Amino acid sequence: MTLFASPEDVRERLAATGYLADDAIATTVFLADALGKPLLVEGPAGTGKTELAKAVATAADAGLVRLQCYEGLDEARALYEWNYRKQLLRIQAAGEQAWEETHDDIFSEEFLLSRPLLTAIRRTEPTVLLVDETDKADVEVEGLLLEVLSDFQVTVPELGTIEATRKPFVVLTSNATRELSEALKRRCLFLHVDYPDAEREKQIVLTRVPEVVEALAEALVRTIRTLRALELKKAPSIAESIDWARTLVALGLDTLDEATVQQTLGVVLKHNSDHTRAIKELGLEPQG
Amino acid sequence: MGEEAVETSSAGGSGLVDRHVAFVGALRTAGLPVSMAESLDASRAATAIDLLNREQLRAAYAAAVVKRAAHRATFDRLFDLWWPPAIGDGESGYAEDGEGELQEVDPADLDQVRGALRDRLRDVLLSGDDEALRRLARESVNGLGRADGQPGRQSWFTYRVLRALNPETLMASLLEAVLNGQERGGLAERVARQMLTERIKQFEEMVEAEVRRRLAEDRGAEAIAKTAVKPLVEQVEFLRASREDLANLRREVYPLARRLATRLTAKRRIGQRGRLDVRRTVRASLSSGGVPLTTIFRPHKPHKPELVVLCDVSGSVAAFAHFTILLAFALREQFAKVRVFAFVDTTDEVTDFFARGGDVVDALARMSAEADVVWYDGHSDYGHAFEVFAQKWPDAVTPKTSLLVLGDARTNYRAPGLAALRSIVRQARYAFWLNPEPRQYWASGDSAAVTYTEILPMLECRNVRQLQEFIEGPLPV
Repeated sequence: MTLFASPEDVRERLAATGYLADDAIATTVFLADALGKPLLVEGPAGTGKTELAKAVATAADAGLVRLQCYEGLDEARALYEWNYRKQLLRIQAAGEQAWEETHDDIFSEEFLLSRPLLTAIRRTEPTVLLVDETDKADVEVEGLLLEVLSDFQVTVPELGTIEATRKPFVVLTSNATRELSEALKRRCLFLHVDYPDAEREKQIVLTRVPEVVEALAEALVRTIRTLRALELKKAPSIAESIDWARTLVALGLDTLDEATVQQTLGVVLKHNSDHTRAIKELGLEPQG
Repeated sequence: MGEEAVETSSAGGSGLVDRHVAFVGALRTAGLPVSMAESLDASRAATAIDLLNREQLRAAYAAAVVKRAAHRATFDRLFDLWWPPAIGDGESGYAEDGEGELQEVDPADLDQVRGALRDRLRDVLLSGDDEALRRLARESVNGLGRADGQPGRQSWFTYRVLRALNPETLMASLLEAVLNGQERGGLAERVARQMLTERIKQFEEMVEAEVRRRLAEDRGAEAIAKTAVKPLVEQVEFLRASREDLANLRREVYPLARRLATRLTAKRRIGQRGRLDVRRTVRASLSSGGVPLTTIFRPHKPHKPELVVLCDVSGSVAAFAHFTILLAFALREQFAKVRVFAFVDTTDEVTDFFARGGDVVDALARMSAEADVVWYDGHSDYGHAFEVFAQKWPDAVTPKTSLLVLGDARTNYRAPGLAALRSIVRQARYAFWLNPEPRQYWASGDSAAVTYTEILPMLECRNVRQLQEFIEGPLPV
């Protein structure tokens, strides 16, 4: 059972949730859904990768299950864990009961703590599983993901194999701080999300910050693009464009002149050296 | 189901499968690792979408076979060759050989055509309409880019079109129009200029793509693919990098450093346990009646080596040196101390130019301008450089130091300074020489590479990939 009918359908329904997808994004999301493959989204920070998964969940009216990856993430945090404290209590409470009975009892559903991957597989309603910042996790986690993502099943030795009743729509995001393994990449559809073109970025700013006037949004986007063309340590992303628009609205400014840019540049550039460089390249007066 | 559909269509004699296979083959030739499974995925994806929508087809292919952002540009070029957006002059929809309206122009009309196209180009660049720009690129190539080659064959040239239209010269009047009376020289102008430069570049790329398409029609996509594909960023040779390549490389420094840093920390974490801590193990055994149930190990001492980079910054290898210096500084967290010395025919320390949080491009410019690296005539003199280094900074290289020498070892037939280098290398814990020249040239001409190999290991380091391999492999951290 698929969530979307066509790439156009994806685009319209994502737009309704406030996420403006371009051709590539809409088509790839549609394909991931149609072919039942996980979607690996890669791109610079702040280009709306996580946002895409959330938007898909909203658009498809599906539940979002999120697995945030970090260094040291293990099976017990990603897949499932036995609630051993509760098991201990159960054993103590058993008293005279035969061990066989207790044994069968403590390895049952009641004592199983379901973690995101298992939760996503067991859900019967439409589900979007978001594996966020996959590159932060250790290589072993990738192996774990491989098993879960290719067969959509989890084996709990004491309970048997749990198969997905309904395949979740899987989105993996990565900032490319390390190359994910070829095996994982091969099983996924790949989507590289880059900075959008000027027109789309303007629309994004206008959708996200409705208070901003169109002329200001256009000037803002152009300035951001000029900044991106400089060699900066961290180029401003869409998140920064939106923040900037919000800042300008909050300050009640409706034009983007030198003085305004000068005052609010800190919203967009987060490194001191980038700041200095931008001031020099854009011909702004350095502040005293 | 997708597979079957593809197979049926091939049985029906459609060229779609052949084209798919040829396209995947071309991608592999260009260096993209496309597996069988991915190729199947692509064909499955293609059946799931509307084949007539070219951008959807592109996205479908990209999702299935391109698994690295760096491969995308190559993919796009090849896609345009195998799935061209139009046939012939693109207006009639069919390939009719040479009978379009704009084609049989005599030289007098050519000027007129050119003028008209230039006017339209100006308007389109102002409006920023991509579709119109693409149409214009197609018409321009059709009208201006053709040259008759051998009989029955046509050649198409990008430079003819770009020279005739010369979009750069439109800049002044375009700026005027965009700024609309605003003050020149300020922020507004820079922003407008950036926007226009971007659009002009886009137009130039469209013209190039269009020329490739016309050529491919004539000679077959395979023939054009060979010349059209640029090497991937990680394969660009340092010594042959264009200015654009260099800017791209510099952009790669931080992501690359971050990737390497992650890898290096991981490498260090493996085998964390050091030697047995006897005292604590015995102490712990007291609670189990003297039986050492738990063994306790000393943690490894975090070994942070110092890195000293000694690099040739003369014109011939500057690009390579700059990139490597930047990378060394970006990897600062992995080393207790990084010191960089630059030389042409004498040596100077340039560490201070790369203060933490400083600006990269600035630092490079200042290093070239201010560092005292030229003593005599500005040609590399390894011998003198090594001697000066050994004399002036005798304490720079210590038993904790990893020493990297960067350079092409071309001594201009001067003394190679073997004695000085040997004593420096002897002081260092590790020493490596990275040479950006291909290995087969090492023994040729004025290269002293072979002589130097007797003193310290010399490694070929022609592109980012090799540099990365070196840092992950032999570089001791």
